[in-house]
Amino acid sequence: MIDLLTFLFWNLLYFAAFVGITLAVVFPFYYAVLSSADRSGERTASGVFWNIVFWIVVALIVLIAIFPFYYAVLSSLETGTQLFIPNYLPQSLNPANYEAVLTRPSFVSSIVNSVFVATVTVVAALFLAVTASYALARVRFRGRGLLLLTILAVSMFPQIAVLSGLFELVNWLGIYNTPWALILSYTIFTLPFTVWVLTTFMRDLPVEIEEAAIVDGASPWVVISKVFLPLLWPALVTTGLLAFIGAWNEFLFALTFTITETRRTVPVAIALLSGASQQEIPWGPIMAASVIVTVPLIALVLIFQRKIVAGLTAGGVKG
Amino acid sequence: MANIQLRNVTKTYGAVNVIKGIDLEIKRGEFMVFVGPSGCGKSTLLRLISGLESITTGDLYFDGERVNNVIPSKRGIAMVFQSYALYPHMTVYDNMAFGMKLGGSSKADMEARVRRAAGMLQIDHLLDRLPRQLSGGQRQRVAIGRAIVRDPRVFLFDEPLSNLDAALRVQTRLEIAKLHHDMRDVTMIYVTHDQVEAMTLADRICVLRDGKVEQVGTPTELYDRPNSVFVAGFIGSPKMNFLEGNFAEAHGCATLGIRSEHIDIVPEGQEMWQGRVVHTEDLGSDNYLFVDVGSGEPLIVRQPGKATIPEGTVVSLLPRPGMLHRFDAAGRPVQMPIAAQ
Repeated sequence: MIDLLTFLFWNLLYFAAFVGITLAVVFPFYYAVLSSADRSGERTASGVFWNIVFWIVVALIVLIAIFPFYYAVLSSLETGTQLFIPNYLPQSLNPANYEAVLTRPSFVSSIVNSVFVATVTVVAALFLAVTASYALARVRFRGRGLLLLTILAVSMFPQIAVLSGLFELVNWLGIYNTPWALILSYTIFTLPFTVWVLTTFMRDLPVEIEEAAIVDGASPWVVISKVFLPLLWPALVTTGLLAFIGAWNEFLFALTFTITETRRTVPVAIALLSGASQQEIPWGPIMAASVIVTVPLIALVLIFQRKIVAGLTAGGVKG
Repeated sequence: MANIQLRNVTKTYGAVNVIKGIDLEIKRGEFMVFVGPSGCGKSTLLRLISGLESITTGDLYFDGERVNNVIPSKRGIAMVFQSYALYPHMTVYDNMAFGMKLGGSSKADMEARVRRAAGMLQIDHLLDRLPRQLSGGQRQRVAIGRAIVRDPRVFLFDEPLSNLDAALRVQTRLEIAKLHHDMRDVTMIYVTHDQVEAMTLADRICVLRDGKVEQVGTPTELYDRPNSVFVAGFIGSPKMNFLEGNFAEAHGCATLGIRSEHIDIVPEGQEMWQGRVVHTEDLGSDNYLFVDVGSGEPLIVRQPGKATIPEGTVVSLLPRPGMLHRFDAAGRPVQMPIAAQ
């Protein structure tokens, strides 16, 4: 009994110390970030100090976020034993890995597959979600709340739990080893999130705008397509982007529902890249392939980021 | 252009009765104002007429044709909303032309009508702008313009001035009055909780209370001959003075009403009531004396010019003959002549 109590006591003490130290370390940074807006342009000693702290925090965050990718780029440009010597600055610019990856026909076709699957998933999910969320946000019907909760509940199932059932479904539909198997399963898994986000957005659009359109003679479809869709751009871009990233990165379904090399998507293709022998893991080509498939995502986010921000400010208009 | 008839119209949301049977006729070309406190159902009634809400029971006729089940865009109505409800992503021109576009009008026709409406409201120079680049008053004018372009039989206004500041409110009120003057045969229905807007704009006012019509009449009728204590208290600013108890019994009624401008200060000895001035308000052109005559709330007495009577003075008051409003315990006017005084 005493043992247990001492055990608990010490553990509590450790925990308290841990929380205390963490807070003590984190708080100044936290404070620096929070109050940075107030001090912009301030030229006093403490103002400068806190500004420096703020930029240190920013640099840390950027470093933590960027470093893995940076290291992948570095590694992808190295070959042979060079790969196994740690280095933080570029030491060679050898495109051999990229050549190796891009000359494999199966890898190129897997990129095409990925683009096709992710794009169709986004289009299908957004179309279904926009129409569904209009109904869920604007049409009064019995059981609406229950339906919304059910939709949310769907997203609670782990992928592995529905895998076998979905496999049966895919087989029954006769789409095994086709992109449609992936599009179907990805759409199923993206829709709950997409519907929820769009429903909350749609609910926040002023009712009067819809009513004005109804008085102007707009049918529900015209209201959705001509009035709501332009206002929902920021939400569509955000959810579409997330759906795209989800579909692009997905591994389990892609591995299960495809069998031939030419039907694979990129994550599976990378995982199944094989070296010269069973014992060799081809780090170089893997890194090169990872960089190749990450670049489109980064480009998409950078392009649409501006749109998202522009859209959000445009939404701040009253009426 | 339409004569609107409501026959025993009701509206219920689940178990809640919002509109409890309304019979009303709005004449062609009339400016009708629905007024009442919040929650009285005035906006709901407007929405029933617009078709944005369905009527639970009863009938609604436009020019003798039953329109209960006609969709809003086919009723020949145009509506101006409190929050403007402009389409934020469209230019002013597109906002105004949207209805005609959906109706499949020709480009030239559309352009002509939008330009004409914009000219009427002096917003021609704003046609290329987006709503977010306009001020509140300009937005509301665009909303009115959008309604004009629809060339409606019935114009519906749902508290259109509530979001504007005081100066703009007066200006826009004038513009709406002018619009009514220019579009003589378009029926207009206007919802407001502000009795000043009701008095200044209306041909006839419909006072609503708890989903029922309390009184319908011209502003003068409502002001001079209110049909209930409620109407008497609602119409007019400052509020009509009400006296109860002994003060009312002396005149053979339960509630005695007198407007502030119908009370004169008289030399001592000729008074009906006497009391101490507890507060004064100076409005420049007029001043209000708050006189405590011992009946709960102080009587408000309106005097022209600047306040000359200091607080604390005891004044003698006499209501003008024939200006007393007498109501029974149910709040209805007492018709019998005044017995003895």
